[in-house]
Amino acid sequence: MVRGTAGLLLALLLAPFLVLMTSGSASAVTVMCLPKADETACIASTMGSRAEPIAGVDVILTAPDGTEQRVTTGDDGKWSFEITETGDYVVSADAKTLPDGFELENETVDVKVDQLGKSFGAILQLRSEDYSAETSKVDELIQSTVNGLRLGLLLALASVGLSLIYGTTGLSNFAHAEQVTLGGIMGYFFVNQWGLPLWLGGICVVVFCAGTGYFQDRGLWQPLRRRGLGLTQMMIVTIGLSLALQYTYQLVVGARTVRVVQDNPEVSTFGPVTITHQSIVAMVISVVVLSAVGFALLRTRVGRATRAVSDNPALAMASGIDTDKVIRLVWTVAMGLAGLSGILYALVVNGIKWDSGLQILLLLFAAVTLGGLGTAFGALLGALIIGLVVELAPVFGMPGDFKYATALLILILLLLVRPQGLLGKPQRVG
Amino acid sequence: MDNIQLILNGMMREMLSPGTAAVAIAVIGLNIHFGFTGLLNMGQAGFMLLGAYGMGISVWHGLPFAVGILFGLGAALIFALILGVPTLKLRGDYLAIVTISAAEIIRYVGRSSLLTDFTGSAQGIPGSQYSDPFRSVAFWPFTGGGSWVLLPFNYHDVADGAVWVRLLGWAIAIGAIASLVYLLRSGDKFSGVARNGLVVLLVVFSVFLLLFLFPLDYQKVGVNGWWLRFVAWTLVAVCCFIVYLLVRSPWGRLLRGIREDEDAIRSLGKNVFAIKMQALIIGGLFGALGGMVYVLASSVQPDSMGRTLTFFCYTALLLGGAATIFGPVLGTIMFYVGRAFIFQASRAYVPDSILNTQEAAFFSYIVVGVALMLLVIFRPQGVLGDKRELRFNV
Repeated sequence: MVRGTAGLLLALLLAPFLVLMTSGSASAVTVMCLPKADETACIASTMGSRAEPIAGVDVILTAPDGTEQRVTTGDDGKWSFEITETGDYVVSADAKTLPDGFELENETVDVKVDQLGKSFGAILQLRSEDYSAETSKVDELIQSTVNGLRLGLLLALASVGLSLIYGTTGLSNFAHAEQVTLGGIMGYFFVNQWGLPLWLGGICVVVFCAGTGYFQDRGLWQPLRRRGLGLTQMMIVTIGLSLALQYTYQLVVGARTVRVVQDNPEVSTFGPVTITHQSIVAMVISVVVLSAVGFALLRTRVGRATRAVSDNPALAMASGIDTDKVIRLVWTVAMGLAGLSGILYALVVNGIKWDSGLQILLLLFAAVTLGGLGTAFGALLGALIIGLVVELAPVFGMPGDFKYATALLILILLLLVRPQGLLGKPQRVG
Repeated sequence: MDNIQLILNGMMREMLSPGTAAVAIAVIGLNIHFGFTGLLNMGQAGFMLLGAYGMGISVWHGLPFAVGILFGLGAALIFALILGVPTLKLRGDYLAIVTISAAEIIRYVGRSSLLTDFTGSAQGIPGSQYSDPFRSVAFWPFTGGGSWVLLPFNYHDVADGAVWVRLLGWAIAIGAIASLVYLLRSGDKFSGVARNGLVVLLVVFSVFLLLFLFPLDYQKVGVNGWWLRFVAWTLVAVCCFIVYLLVRSPWGRLLRGIREDEDAIRSLGKNVFAIKMQALIIGGLFGALGGMVYVLASSVQPDSMGRTLTFFCYTALLLGGAATIFGPVLGTIMFYVGRAFIFQASRAYVPDSILNTQEAAFFSYIVVGVALMLLVIFRPQGVLGDKRELRFNV
């Protein structure tokens, strides 16, 4: 009874549209199909975009039993089919009715109707005929390479620190990613919330993060080393720290994405490459800072001491190097670099979330392991390779969902043939 | 009083929930890796996810339930082989990095929209697609529908559930559990049949007492009913027994030997790589089994079995005591009950303006993280473990 009444009501509501349609008016707006529970389902979509609909295209629906139905899109570009049976349907369009100079990007779209009473979408994408896959592939390659270099440089900032910590203390720091997130979130507070100019806020973030590194080593890691806590145990401590920090961020800023600067970034185009100004600045800063770190490691006294500790802590201590001081410095610098990487990352992707760091943690580990655990320059090389792999994988046909997985897969394959990494020494593998 | 009863009821529900049992099974597996062999497997959640997918996908596509279980276990076995071959000859942290990466790859692949027909992508496979066959094998006394209050005789029946009855009951329960823990820890002083008998007796007594104090009401064979709880906790007991038999065998002694000094075992002419691989596979199979139990009450969702779950497993293992038989089970129960306590207590006593429901959940996880740090620093052997057994290094 209720269903009957509802049906009647629906018919009454639809009647005016039906009249409109049968009147054959050229400006008719197509009747959109409405699914009824357990009776009918709809396959519907719009040809073109909502702003620029394409009218007068014949859309063809092939039912599972092979029968065809046709509708012509209305002025609003919309089309819909009502169907009464579940199954696999195929939607296509009559190429002759397409506007001149356009072709379908994909000839057919498969729709799997598993349930009546629902609407199903099937998007037929149009593109202009002079669209050439060849040149755009090259453009895409160049654009992705630039994106890959950008990601690689940001990863390098964080992974050089990770690698130095590993080299000097033997610790795989699982909380390193949270330091990257911290950089972004502090950037949000300093610049967005408290209104500091971006460059000043950035310096504050780096100083703040370096400070957390200093006090972390002073309050946590050095006492633990003195206690003689094993490396496995220390690694689990870093996991606990990472968990606690992640949920602290969620408690403080929530699960939303926060931005360092409020306005949208400006974009420049160089030939095929489109890039935001912030990305350019971020890349320049990364290169300068990484060169400075490299120079310090190679040419300065304290850099040589760091490499000595990294090479053989006992021997370094015996030759009069204050290893505790070096390790303290390494923690400070590493956390400062991670913070810098975090705020630059937040600027480049225009936002940071509590788990942004977590998402790149595995890339950091992949970079460090790829380059050779404990070698700073290996981490740099590894980070660039991982960044390029992640961004270029979709260009070479890897589905976008798997781009992070590709980097990890390469890591696993590399460990099979060269476990010490690209620049590592075999005896460190153990 | 009502607030306290409410908090304790919440803790009791969490303690008996199939999710706790499922994680306990996975932690038993992790104990074989980390506790007995010293393998840093950071991808136990990956094993769980594979087990769940193996069962869920095959039952969803019309295969029998038993075949689904075999597929789940098979997937975990292959995963262990793939992980083990490149890393088991290297130092420990390589295994850690590779296992955590591989577990994430599985999660990414499961989330991918390309595989929606198999894995249901990020939405996952709904439980209704695979858990019916599990419920259909329920036997007496679970058959017949309806719900049960386990132990119909409860505190309401003694002096109308007066405060003193409950307080007395709680005191006795705490005493019983404390003496149980004491008994489990004193492995050297008491041993033999008498001790094991007393342990079983105390466990049964504590369970009955807890059910008397916190009567629980679930469907007999619902989506999340007594049948699932019965199967899950029986599996936990069986797994404990299997591990007990394994680690007191000559093979189990080899595991500990590898953990303490790999080269010494190698110099005895043993194939260290093969033994490590066997340990990785067996622990992984437990993980897959845990994953299957984990999803029977809910759905196969890749994001519910990510890195965080692995980290919870480690916290539970270290809490209970690595390299012990009952440590994983005790640790998992303590972990989930403790988290439920923090969550329920902050819900009951902290006003919403300071911590709302979601923030209370975040807060309980922060406590988990800090607890993990403090535990490893100050009491790495956990409740039941032996400190001398945990001196190993990567």
